[in-house]
Amino acid sequence: MRLTCTVNGKTETIDDIWPGESLLYVLRERMGLPGAKNACEQGECGSCSVHIDGVLVCACLVAAGQVEGAEIKTVEGLAGATELHPVQQAYLDAGAVQCGFCTPGLIVATVDLLDKNSDPSDNEIREALAGNLCRCTGYAKILDAVRLAAARLEKS
Amino acid sequence: MDFFRPTSLIDALKLKSAHPLALCINGGTDVMVELNFDRKRPATLLDLSAVAELNQWSEAGESIILGAGVSYSRIQAELATELPGLAMASRTVGSLQIRNRGGVGGNLGSASPAGDAHPALLATGATVNVSSVGGNRSIDIHDFFIGPKKSALAPDEIITSITIPKARGGQQYSKIGTRNAMVIAVCSFGLAIDATARTVGTGIGSAGPTPLRAKDAEAFAASHLDWEVGTAPSVKLLKEFGTLVSAASRPIDDIRGTAAYRRHTLAIISARSLKWAWKSTNEFRSM
Repeated sequence: MRLTCTVNGKTETIDDIWPGESLLYVLRERMGLPGAKNACEQGECGSCSVHIDGVLVCACLVAAGQVEGAEIKTVEGLAGATELHPVQQAYLDAGAVQCGFCTPGLIVATVDLLDKNSDPSDNEIREALAGNLCRCTGYAKILDAVRLAAARLEKS
Repeated sequence: MDFFRPTSLIDALKLKSAHPLALCINGGTDVMVELNFDRKRPATLLDLSAVAELNQWSEAGESIILGAGVSYSRIQAELATELPGLAMASRTVGSLQIRNRGGVGGNLGSASPAGDAHPALLATGATVNVSSVGGNRSIDIHDFFIGPKKSALAPDEIITSITIPKARGGQQYSKIGTRNAMVIAVCSFGLAIDATARTVGTGIGSAGPTPLRAKDAEAFAASHLDWEVGTAPSVKLLKEFGTLVSAASRPIDDIRGTAAYRRHTLAIISARSLKWAWKSTNEFRSM
């Protein structure tokens, strides 16, 4: 099966796709975009969070054929040519990255939250990130990073 | 594996008729787990996410016709006034990522006794609308679940929409789990009060082979609530209601909880639901 979609602004055509494989498999194994992580493959952990046509989803729960013609944005599409995305920088500055495995998914979910709500309360942050599991940090530094990113984005 | 992605309902129905064993996928939040873990290997996958008719909702008099594929996120954002119980249930589904994809049609298609939407649909007396190339039929939600993960849907049929009466009284939804997100219900309960018909609807989730209705509890509440003045129900009334709901459940011990715990919590969450829903029913009484 052939799949044509836009990934991080670039139109891509990928051949020989097995229709039952996930968008996550396509991104990682066929396109060499390993930013979205493969962990639970059942939508529990959020490590594979990406945007499809502006909607936050788990890439592991989307069949490849379902994104025909869609616009996909992965964590790889966030940074500029020379600078990190403000959310990425905030995660680094707040010490919210430990082993780093959950980080891409959390960053994509944080970008999604701050796009919709520029000044989220702690409860709103917790609800928005409830689908992203981190086994290192205990989440305190992640919450710090989201608050820091929100404050910086507000200023700019 | 064949993959079909029809863009109209008629094309989808023709494909389902030609491939009755095809597995329908829309949000994918259940189906893809089955595929990822090799639990299912259907010869044909029928993707319904590009069928516009299935992914929108409309008003029809006193009801909302909810397209099978409308996401839980949209139900929360767009239908919280008309369908408060279902909107509350939607908010408890998985995580934001899951709610952005999953919808009620898939929940019904999977027909899990733990499906989050089911108690809310049972409580409101919804109707499941299904279609095949041979025609359309409407299935009363109370006749839809026929066994664990088994529904009244025929192999050549597709769930197109659910007709749900707009709220005519307070509604509530409660769910027991180990945290506030990503929880498969240990048990759940939906309640819908109809202040016009003076009836109470119930739905029990995850405490029986199918989602269940607590008929005795419904009749008890309807005949004992103070419909005339709207006085808050007494502690005794709430307790009796909870006992009757609990008695209507048929839970088992499993990995998520024991039967005894489910019976216990159902009594509590159903009594609380009635108390809370009655409070908001008073806003409907003055209308």
